[in-house]
Amino acid sequence: MTAGGERPFLDVRDLRVHFPTDDGVVKSVDGISFALERGKTLGIVGESGSGKSVTSLSLLGLHRRADRKGRGGARISGGIWLDGQDLVTASAEEVRRLRGEKMAMIFQDPLSAMHPFYTVGAQIIEAYRVHNKVSKPVARKRAIELLELVGIPQPNTRVDDFPHQFSGGMRQRAMIAMALVCNPRLLIADEPTTALDVTVQAQILDLMRDLQREFDSALILITHDLGVVAELADDIMVMYGGKAVEYGTAETVFRQPEHPYTWGLLGSMPRIDRAVQDRLSPIRGNPPSLINVPAGCAFHPRCPYTAETGGRSDTEIPRLAGSDPGHLVRCHLDPARRQEIFTEQIRENL
Amino acid sequence: MLTFIVRRLFAVAGLLLVVAFVTMVIFYEMPQWGGQTPATMAVQYVGKQPSPAAIQGVIHRFGFDRSFLVQYIDYIRTIVTGTTFSDGTQDIVCKAPCLGYSFRNYQQVWPTILGDLPVTFSIAAGAGVLWLFFGVASGLASAVRKGSLLDRASMVTALLGISLPVYFLAPLLSLPLAYRWSILPAPGSYVGILSDPGQWFLDMILPWTCLAFGLAALYTRLTRAGMLDVLSEDFVRTARAKGLSERRVILKHALRAAITPIITIFGMDFATVLGGAVLVEITFSMKGIGFLAITSIQNGDFPMMMGVTLFAAAFIVLANLLVDVMYAVADPRVRL
Repeated sequence: MTAGGERPFLDVRDLRVHFPTDDGVVKSVDGISFALERGKTLGIVGESGSGKSVTSLSLLGLHRRADRKGRGGARISGGIWLDGQDLVTASAEEVRRLRGEKMAMIFQDPLSAMHPFYTVGAQIIEAYRVHNKVSKPVARKRAIELLELVGIPQPNTRVDDFPHQFSGGMRQRAMIAMALVCNPRLLIADEPTTALDVTVQAQILDLMRDLQREFDSALILITHDLGVVAELADDIMVMYGGKAVEYGTAETVFRQPEHPYTWGLLGSMPRIDRAVQDRLSPIRGNPPSLINVPAGCAFHPRCPYTAETGGRSDTEIPRLAGSDPGHLVRCHLDPARRQEIFTEQIRENL
Repeated sequence: MLTFIVRRLFAVAGLLLVVAFVTMVIFYEMPQWGGQTPATMAVQYVGKQPSPAAIQGVIHRFGFDRSFLVQYIDYIRTIVTGTTFSDGTQDIVCKAPCLGYSFRNYQQVWPTILGDLPVTFSIAAGAGVLWLFFGVASGLASAVRKGSLLDRASMVTALLGISLPVYFLAPLLSLPLAYRWSILPAPGSYVGILSDPGQWFLDMILPWTCLAFGLAALYTRLTRAGMLDVLSEDFVRTARAKGLSERRVILKHALRAAITPIITIFGMDFATVLGGAVLVEITFSMKGIGFLAITSIQNGDFPMMMGVTLFAAAFIVLANLLVDVMYAVADPRVRL
């Protein structure tokens, strides 16, 4: 395949990120594939420990790689092509040059993600000057411009404030400004609103949507909150135990979800229009250990429908497949049966 | 900030008053609880077979015949205003800050301390540079290459440094370097920096090394632990995500955060050494503040002991103040 040509802007193929430890190999990400074009948003959804943050960090090359003997860091295999360039085989220095410039990241907790001893402006200026040979005054102008763009009032003076002098929402705006300063074409947001007040969350999501349109960047939104994904995502990938269990357009995943785990996620979302006496229905059990992933389908210990798989659930790993190429599900249940269960038992309770 | 400093300076003065009180209780009052009388204490200061009149004179001169509180107030007052002593034959004018007069060696306390200060300062300044630089550098290298051969070697050296006392290290180094090969001057040699800077530097190398080794070891461990802490912080990940070079991530982002508490501790340690690097001064026969403290204790030289104690305490409380101010300058989140 020729570089850039037919390949999607971001193309991830069979990505595996394994961490060797004394207790065994932690398979944080175990063979996920997805594609993303510029201007589009992919939502990656899952519980803590499902591998979604590890996925995002490996895209940026932020894991310490294992040495030749496979020790002391992450073993990464598969392919990550960004704009035709393979990031898995690229040298650390090549990936470093791309970081911040072509791909940038917005982190969960902006207070701890910004350096407490440097001003917000200094940190944005630094991010800009790593990749652009400009003088400090020019970079400062750019920083003020960005702060204004993300809606910080009086950016001329706030640029010299320290992160602790900003409110939580303002800090996340500043964080976004820092991520956008080099005009990256891939933006990864890891739980960007989780640490914020509910009232501020919607503002930040709106801002991200507007900016994505303006910059025409590809956006990966990592979250455990399906509500956040519903706001922004074009595609949704649901992760469980380091693997994708459901992957499709936001529309199909919300309208016709087929994996029992996705049902569980949807069922545990509070809804204002639901009668008060209806309890939330949490998913029973705990997320799997990534060292000893349950045999067969990783979700089977928590799945209420294992009886219908004919004993395959704990012996055979289901393939990620679907009748519709735009909607893939990793489940032993027959697609028709899944749709039936959803229509008859699940939908009314959501 | 300014009001903070002024307020703290008052606190410093108060603290020193307390230190003076406690020291006086220890040196003047406690012997009497143990059965000593003013007369037996005074006897040590007169010649053999003293006349009762001579003893009485000493008791009066030291103020043993007055109540403790009066003695204390008198002591504080003379620090501020100065006074005039009489050693029986002539009057000695003691100008403020008058810390008293040593009847042991017929010297005023304050000028004696000032005279010994350059020696201690020479030791402290050079050793301070050494231990801060080597401690931070090796701690940094250890943290960045955690688990490597370098890390293990520096941790072993650090353990050695912490366990080796100065009086053991000093002969260990000076036997080959000074006595056998005569590369460095032997212990006991000291020339002021003003009279011969080159010789001064050579003289100081061994004392500096001996003092700095143990402290550098401590700082290696402090820096390593601090760096390992900081390297797992979110803002370090952010710095990497921005595409900064690893060098810049380590030096500008991680070290900047890790070094702040180390500078604080350095301020305290430096002040402590300035108040007398006792072991080094004794081992190398260098007549600094620590040497003065030890000899005055051996001689039962009360005014000198009091003076040195107060002087060392003043260094430490002032360093404390300085460190707090520096912390506020270094960490924008701290407001004074």
